[in-house]
Amino acid sequence: MTISLNLNGQTHRVTAEPGTPLLWVIRDELKLTGTKFGCGVAACGACTVHLDGEPVRACQTNIEDVEGAEITTIEGLSSRAAAAVQTAWAELDVVQCGYCQSGQIMSATGLLSENARPTVEDIDEYMNGNACRCATYQRIRAAILRASEIMEA
Amino acid sequence: MTVNTSRRGFLQTAAAASAVLVLGVRPDGVLASGTAETTMLTPFIRIGADGRVTAIVKHFETGQGPATGLTTLIAEELGVTMEQIGYDFAPSDPQVYNNLMFGAFQGTGGSTAMANSFMQYRQAGAAARELLIAAAAQEWGADPSVLMIEDGVVSGAGKSAPIGDFVAIAATLDAPADPRLKDAAEFKLIGNAQVRRKDTPPKINGTAKFAMDMQLDNQMVVVIARAPRMGATVTSFDDSDALRITGFIRAATLPNKAGVAVYAEHTWAALQARDALDVQWDISNAESRSSDQIRDQLISAVNADPEYAITATSRDETAAKIDGAAQILEETFYFPLLAHAPMEPLTCTIEPLADGGIILHDGAQTPTGPHMALSQILQLPMEKIQIKTMFAGGSFGRRSTPTADYQVEAGLAFAMTDRSRAVKLVWSREDDIRGGYYRPAVAHKVRVGLDSAGEITGWDHRIAAQSIMKGTPFEGAFVQDGVDFSSVEGAADTPYQIPGRFVGLSDVAKATTVLWWRSVGHSHTAFVMETMLDIAARAAGRDPVAFRLALLEGGGSDQARLAGVLKLAADKGNWGKSDPGRSQGIAVHKSFGSFAAQVAEISRDEDGNVKIEKVTCAIDCGLAVNPDVIRAQMEGGIGYGIGHVMRDEITLTDGEVDQSNFPDYEPLRIGDIASIEVHIVSSAEAPTGVGEPGTPPSAPALANAIAVSGPRITHLPMTSGDVGFI
Ligand code: FES
Ligand code: FES
Repeated sequence: MTISLNLNGQTHRVTAEPGTPLLWVIRDELKLTGTKFGCGVAACGACTVHLDGEPVRACQTNIEDVEGAEITTIEGLSSRAAAAVQTAWAELDVVQCGYCQSGQIMSATGLLSENARPTVEDIDEYMNGNACRCATYQRIRAAILRASEIMEA
Repeated sequence: MTVNTSRRGFLQTAAAASAVLVLGVRPDGVLASGTAETTMLTPFIRIGADGRVTAIVKHFETGQGPATGLTTLIAEELGVTMEQIGYDFAPSDPQVYNNLMFGAFQGTGGSTAMANSFMQYRQAGAAARELLIAAAAQEWGADPSVLMIEDGVVSGAGKSAPIGDFVAIAATLDAPADPRLKDAAEFKLIGNAQVRRKDTPPKINGTAKFAMDMQLDNQMVVVIARAPRMGATVTSFDDSDALRITGFIRAATLPNKAGVAVYAEHTWAALQARDALDVQWDISNAESRSSDQIRDQLISAVNADPEYAITATSRDETAAKIDGAAQILEETFYFPLLAHAPMEPLTCTIEPLADGGIILHDGAQTPTGPHMALSQILQLPMEKIQIKTMFAGGSFGRRSTPTADYQVEAGLAFAMTDRSRAVKLVWSREDDIRGGYYRPAVAHKVRVGLDSAGEITGWDHRIAAQSIMKGTPFEGAFVQDGVDFSSVEGAADTPYQIPGRFVGLSDVAKATTVLWWRSVGHSHTAFVMETMLDIAARAAGRDPVAFRLALLEGGGSDQARLAGVLKLAADKGNWGKSDPGRSQGIAVHKSFGSFAAQVAEISRDEDGNVKIEKVTCAIDCGLAVNPDVIRAQMEGGIGYGIGHVMRDEITLTDGEVDQSNFPDYEPLRIGDIASIEVHIVSSAEAPTGVGEPGTPPSAPALANAIAVSGPRITHLPMTSGDVGFI
């Protein structure tokens, strides 16, 4: 089937079988590789993208279900919350291997867009589905708090 | 240093715009300089006429920070800012970019990246500085001793100019044999906690390219239908259902019959076609044991006479000292198989070149291994194979195997084609968890005697393990007199001065392929040493910190440094002064030349479930080159250690791995450890490892905290026993 995707503010015509996960269309068809494959079963968050501003797992989102929706990947992030998150991430040098970090940043941006002043408990709950095998969690938590500060300033 | 005057005039006029100064070490170990065209040199530093400095990093970057660390060394000695220097990963060349601790072998592992590069990269930076100063001195007719380089600018004798202005001349000069290294007092970047990681920017905007991100125009994606049990082989397959999948190209049995390669136009088609494939397996020679049997075998081995005695003290001498003791403490420990599960599943891409050669695009941890393996498989001379090192999404040991396993798979899959299209091999998470390269399962049994004063009289320590090194090309280097030292490291060579100590080892046949896993043998020996000492301290009615310090007193430098981190962790972690309702445990361990101590503090909910409130870590890794990277490595190492002992294990039923993906091999999550605090010992000793040393003490510190108000954990993971976590 051919579908028109609204991704990062641009319209793309893509051809894919129904049931194809959005993740593979983004990565293999549109060649935007910032969105990562970690598990394929919605258990790690590496593939997180925004669908109409809400974080979703692209590995478990079928292509036929996103026609008409606004999709944002790490490459297209531009909100105020995203800028604060990326600034905080750089200040605190959150990353290690970096492979999970697009997903972490997409989720953190989703959290701060909903809740600009999250508590530590809010963060731990919201970010629970984003695994980091390098265990950069202390810095993720601190960077989200820092991003919240940046947004207030 | 001599001046090559014959070329100088030419270079000044003709080459200034395109000049490049390269600094490196010739194969004979001598520092050398020259222009990029000088092929005998393979550089550690490239400096362009625009003053842009590039560090050539010989270690792969999977998060442990060598791209930042090695760059820092050069920037410091050369006199440029961290913003003025970039980095590239080195090509595969074991003669030039070898790990100085591995011989003629290029690779990263054993927490050696900084330790083996520290002098080498500083020397290269210092030589570049001296060359550029010599060039400026020539140009200005000045005395080189009054010139200096700071922030990328040469100054002195009343003049100043950016380093790029002198690159052309410097490239004609001979490198100094023995450049002066800066004193620690002159350091601006080494030891500076404000230095930021060089790899942060691309990793926060999605532009960092990992091996999984290869997207060549003509590539095929290959996944392998793998044997359900180790050692099973393909008898036949039926691809009629796969043929209905759009994008499926073909399937072919690997020449070693270990699996069926499924070729497709893109990843999703490959994964689906693999699911649709019907493969018949011959399991007659396959592993058929279950993990319970493997555990029983290991435990009966520690209850029998050990195959190898490691210590000079015999077990009879030790037995005599224990048997008559006032108290005898005895524990048996079991450690399960563990997967590494790096966040980026294994992958690499082979790209054919017009001249018949190839490029391997890989998050290459030890490029020399796959380089040699592909040369054999593809019947190509080494020089026809280039390796482009990309970012690696975690490894923890997995991206380096003695067999170069996944690169070999890619090579075999590529060899079965007409070699006109690139082949990208992709592992799924299921392949990774079930993939059969695990931290070995291990059992320990320890008997300790205490006299009436609570002093240790004897310590009998038996280990049964699946050897990592035996049966691999590393056997020659790592196995001595039958003993695979990686099975006993951290126990056999403990710095504790324990009297009457016997250590014995038995090898138990491997159920699966086993592999080094972040901190290797220390991942279990530290747990056993630190748990037993805790048990002994409590049995003796002594404070666990004081009890350990007494065993380190009056020793040498190792004992002093171990005591140093122990005291620092106890002090910063408020040892003995936790809030009501909380309990603390402590552990300390030396590994990879570094010394780490940790205090774990826990609380419990009304049902007794454990919450990890805080881990306080003290680390002595010699001179701290990038303090913030060291802190990050401790945080990560602690998380890795604790995450696995909490709830992870790989088990087998009739030879089949029971786990398959993160839902049943649950990673540490953000809420699992409420806080981690790291304190770095200030030291002038040579830098040692940081990638692994944070891991070994973390699990026993937690277990010791749990034991204060709950069960003593001797079998892992913790949740397989009586422990629950919030
Ligand atoms: S790849 Fe989608 S959640 Fe893991
Ligand atoms: S930074 Fe490596 S998995 Fe998160």
